[in-house]
Amino acid sequence: MNEQPIVVQLRGVSKEFGHGHVQALEEIDLDIRPGEFVSLIGPSGCGKSTLLRIVGDLIKPSGGEVVVNGKSAPQARLDRDYGIVFQDAVLFDWRTVEKNIGLPLEIMGWERRKRGERVREMVELVELKGFESHHPWQLSGGMQQRVSIARALSFGPPLLLMDEPFGALDEMTRERLNLELLRIWEQSGSTVIFVTHSISEAVFLSTRVVVISARPGRIVGIVDVDLRQPRNIETREEPRFAELIREVRQLLRKGGGFDAAEGSGEEDLIVAEEGLQ
Amino acid sequence: MSTTVVEPIPRGTLGARVGRSVWDWMPAVVVFVGGIALWEGLVRGLDVQNFLLPAPSAIVDAFWTERDTLWGAGWFTFEEALGGWVIGCGAAILAALVLARWRTLGTALMPFAIAANAVPIIAFAPITNNWFGTLNQLSKMVIAAVLCFFPVLVNTLRGLTSVRPQQIELMRSYAAGEREIFRRVRIPNALPFLFTGLKVATVLAMIGAIVGDYFGGSQDALGIQIRRQAGIFAFTEAWAAILVASILGIVFYGAVATVERLTMRWHPSAGGAAE
Repeated sequence: MNEQPIVVQLRGVSKEFGHGHVQALEEIDLDIRPGEFVSLIGPSGCGKSTLLRIVGDLIKPSGGEVVVNGKSAPQARLDRDYGIVFQDAVLFDWRTVEKNIGLPLEIMGWERRKRGERVREMVELVELKGFESHHPWQLSGGMQQRVSIARALSFGPPLLLMDEPFGALDEMTRERLNLELLRIWEQSGSTVIFVTHSISEAVFLSTRVVVISARPGRIVGIVDVDLRQPRNIETREEPRFAELIREVRQLLRKGGGFDAAEGSGEEDLIVAEEGLQ
Repeated sequence: MSTTVVEPIPRGTLGARVGRSVWDWMPAVVVFVGGIALWEGLVRGLDVQNFLLPAPSAIVDAFWTERDTLWGAGWFTFEEALGGWVIGCGAAILAALVLARWRTLGTALMPFAIAANAVPIIAFAPITNNWFGTLNQLSKMVIAAVLCFFPVLVNTLRGLTSVRPQQIELMRSYAAGEREIFRRVRIPNALPFLFTGLKVATVLAMIGAIVGDYFGGSQDALGIQIRRQAGIFAFTEAWAAILVASILGIVFYGAVATVERLTMRWHPSAGGAAE
């Protein structure tokens, strides 16, 4: 296994908030290899988003080591190794779809013509042709999120960090975007770290699901998702899909996920359970 | 794989948009015409004395006979207001940029800016007259500038600092520096706030200039005209001068509002496509 390069290497990563009063993450060890699609799942407040932000050097860990592409996280950020997608699309209202997608390229000083070409490719990739000169408020939530994904991929970052990107969308839009994301992932060859609290979404998308417990956030277990690629609508009907969901659910229970789950997290867990009966 | 059935939102034709905006203005026009007619009717019907309230027709008459003097005076005072507006707003924008960039400075100085905003600055008009010379237009510009300064500063600073944290995180993930974040996030984000301040400032600048005139100034100034006419019981002429001041004030405000609309076509309130 070790001859393969590692994109993200976490060693004993921990994070405390409020001067040590809240232990958000404890002793996280994780290796992520190129082209993997890794989901982080756990109840609300388990620190999965915190872990994602630590990998992306948006917050500093309290302890441990983060190595990204053989570099420190801050260096990886300065080298523009990360494409980030948040739960909200975080688009810039004063920029059109086209200019939102091209923003990172502008900052990175791409010349105009090359930038235009890349933006056109991205618009096609996320199927937003015809909307190039629309402003964010003229788009639906799903379309806004696709702009945000296109923007994150525009400069070809080796690592895509997604923090509950479809959490605010309705179920139908979410399933459609799941399929689109898989197609984009196959085409771009990026490594993806994906935070979610939907078990079925995690299993459907990922090559590996990392289950994290609530306070302190620890890795309870990792489920290898051996569903065949490429995945499609039928994937959800396979018996293996249901088995994997059960495995993840058991790990969540072991980590106290069901007791600690709140709000939308709990709903997702209930939905996943119902799906098995 | 997925068949997205979404169509670009059609933009209304220019004709349809103009037609609709004329329709939108109708209620306001009706109220305006009705209000003037009511005023005229009441003044005539109740035989209101001229020095209490002249009829609109009498004011327009006086405006027409005195138009050269009034426009001259109006322009003179408008220069004072505009000069003060430019100086005050310019200084406020610079100050806001500095305070937003160096946040400790901002937290140290903001309470004073907010307190100063509550001071009735117009009370200083006699003092500035004394400092810069009663006949000098600069003395009125200074009072107008100080009046404009604080609301523009407070609004702009709020716009520069009320950026969503995730927008900053995104910019950091592109390895963008502080300068880049200012240029591409903070300043565009501040524009709606800035324009709110600039529009309020047009009104304050006119008030500053005219009230500044009241405390003494050149015979060419509008404030002096109003005071003198009222002093010799020529109230209709005083009203005509006020009419000039109002027209200039509205045009000034409208000009800034137009620039705002042109600058912020992207904003939902700017109309354009979609509901």
